[in-house]
Amino acid sequence: MARHVVAAVDELPPGTRKFLEIDGRSIAVFNIKGEYFGLLNRCPHQGAALCEGPLIGLAQSSTPGEIEYTKLGEIIRCPWHGWEFDIRTGQSYCDPRRFRARAYPASVEPGTAVVKGPYIAETIAVSVESDYVVVDL
Amino acid sequence: MNVQLRDRPEPASTTTIKTAIADCDIHPGRATKDELYPWLAKRWHAHLETFGVHAYQGMMEGPPYPKAQPNASRRDAYPPEGGPQGSSLSFMQKQHLDPNNVVLGVLNPLGATGQGMRNHELAAALASAINDWQIEKWTSKDKRLKGSVVVANEDAVTAAKEIRKRAGDPNYVQVLLLSRNVEPLGQRRYWPIYEAAEEVGLPVGVHAFGFGGNPITASGWPSYYIEEMVGHSQCQQTALASLVLEGVFERFPKLNMVMVEAGFGWAPSLAWRLDKVFEKLRSEVPHLRRKPSEYIRDHIWWTTQPMEDPERREHLFQMIEWIGWDKLLFATDYPHWDYDEPSRVLPAGVSEANKQAFYLDNARKVYGVI
Repeated sequence: MARHVVAAVDELPPGTRKFLEIDGRSIAVFNIKGEYFGLLNRCPHQGAALCEGPLIGLAQSSTPGEIEYTKLGEIIRCPWHGWEFDIRTGQSYCDPRRFRARAYPASVEPGTAVVKGPYIAETIAVSVESDYVVVDL
Repeated sequence: MNVQLRDRPEPASTTTIKTAIADCDIHPGRATKDELYPWLAKRWHAHLETFGVHAYQGMMEGPPYPKAQPNASRRDAYPPEGGPQGSSLSFMQKQHLDPNNVVLGVLNPLGATGQGMRNHELAAALASAINDWQIEKWTSKDKRLKGSVVVANEDAVTAAKEIRKRAGDPNYVQVLLLSRNVEPLGQRRYWPIYEAAEEVGLPVGVHAFGFGGNPITASGWPSYYIEEMVGHSQCQQTALASLVLEGVFERFPKLNMVMVEAGFGWAPSLAWRLDKVFEKLRSEVPHLRRKPSEYIRDHIWWTTQPMEDPERREHLFQMIEWIGWDKLLFATDYPHWDYDEPSRVLPAGVSEANKQAFYLDNARKVYGVI
C-alpha cells in the first residue's frame, strides 16, 4: 500500500469531489462536510463510473407509514441503475431478493429495516497530512 | 507516485467487447428543441412555439412518471459539447459504439416524434421530419447506425404513405410503433401500417411506452415509477394478444414484429394461456387457422434489455428455450439509465453459437442487414 497526495486541502472544499487515476485505478475523493472519503470509481453491479452519481440520503422504514431519511449526503447513487452505496463502508442497499439468495448474513441493524444488498463498493482510506489530502492505495 | 487529476473522468465504456454486436435499441436525441426545423414547414415552427404538441394522454408535456435519472438517462452520458444524453453522434461513438464494438445499431427515436399526437397533420409532419433527421444526423454519418421509420400511428393511412415513401431506403430497418395506443395494436384501424410494412419488407418494432391515453396498467394509474417500469410488460402483452387474435398475421403473413424493451420472460405463459383458451373459444375467432402460440413463435422477435435476471440461470435458459435463441436481439437502451452492459447480460453457460445469434446474427437476419 502506498500513500498518494491527491490534493491540497484548499482544492477540495466541502461538497466537492475529485477524480483521480492512480496506478491505472480510477478513484474519486469526496469532501462531505469536512470529512474525506475515497471510493473506487467503478460500480460493482455493471461497472459504471459510480463516483459520478449524486449523493443522497438513506430512506428507510421500520414500520409502514414511518420513513426515516438519514445519512444525508452519505449515500452515493450510481449514475446508471441507481444502486445505492454507503460512502463510509461501500455497502449496497436494496436488493432483498439476492440478499436472500446469497451468503449475506440475515441480520438487521438496529433501527433499520433496509436490507443490505449484495455489492460492496471499494472504499479507499483518505487522510489529511500537512494540509494535503492523502489516499492509501 | 503517479497521480493525474481531472475534474471529470474521461467518458468511456467500462469494458471492451471483442465480439461484434448489434444493439437493437438505441435512442438518438435532439440537442436543441428546434433541431427538426430544417425538415418542418415554417408553419409548424410557429405552431410548435405557440401551441406545442398535444398527446392523447392527460399529461400535456413530458412523461406521466418522473424518471429516476435526468431524461431517464445515464448521468455519465451527457455529451461534452452540451445537450441531453444521446444527442451527440461523436460522443455516442466514443462512449458506446466504439468500445462496445457495435457493428449494427438500431435507432428508436422517442419523445415528440408524432406518435400518439392529437393533431394528426402535425403528427405526420413531425414523423417525416424525424425520419429525415435520422439520415442527416445519424445514419449518413455512421454506417453502423440504421434508422426506424417513425409513423403518426393514429392516422394509419398517412402512416402507410410515410412507410411507402421510405420503401427500399437502406437507411431504415424497421417501422416503429409504441405499445400503448388509442386502441390495442391488432385493431383494424392500424392495419394499413402492417400492410405497408409487409409490402416494403420492413419488420415493425413495438417499443414500450406510448401516448394513447391509457394508463400503464389495465386497472388504472399506479402510484410509483417502479410500477410504470414493470407495467410495460402487461401493455406489451395486451398489444401482442390483440395482434394475434385480430388475425394480423393471417392477413399479413410475411409481417415480422419485434417487441422492444418490454421483457420476454412472460412470453411462454402468455402463449400457453392463449392456446388453452383458444381450444375452447376457437369459434369466436375463426379467422385464426393456427394456435396463437404458433403466430408468436413464427412472427415475433424480442429485444433483450432490460434483461430478465432470475436468481437461477437455468430459469433464464428455460424461458429462452421456449422462445428460441434465434429470436432474441441484444439491446442496451443507450443512453437510458436502465442500460444493459453488453459484457454483463448473459450468465455463464451459453454456447458460442447461441451467443453469436443473441448478440448479432439474429439482428442481421430480422433487419436484413449483412
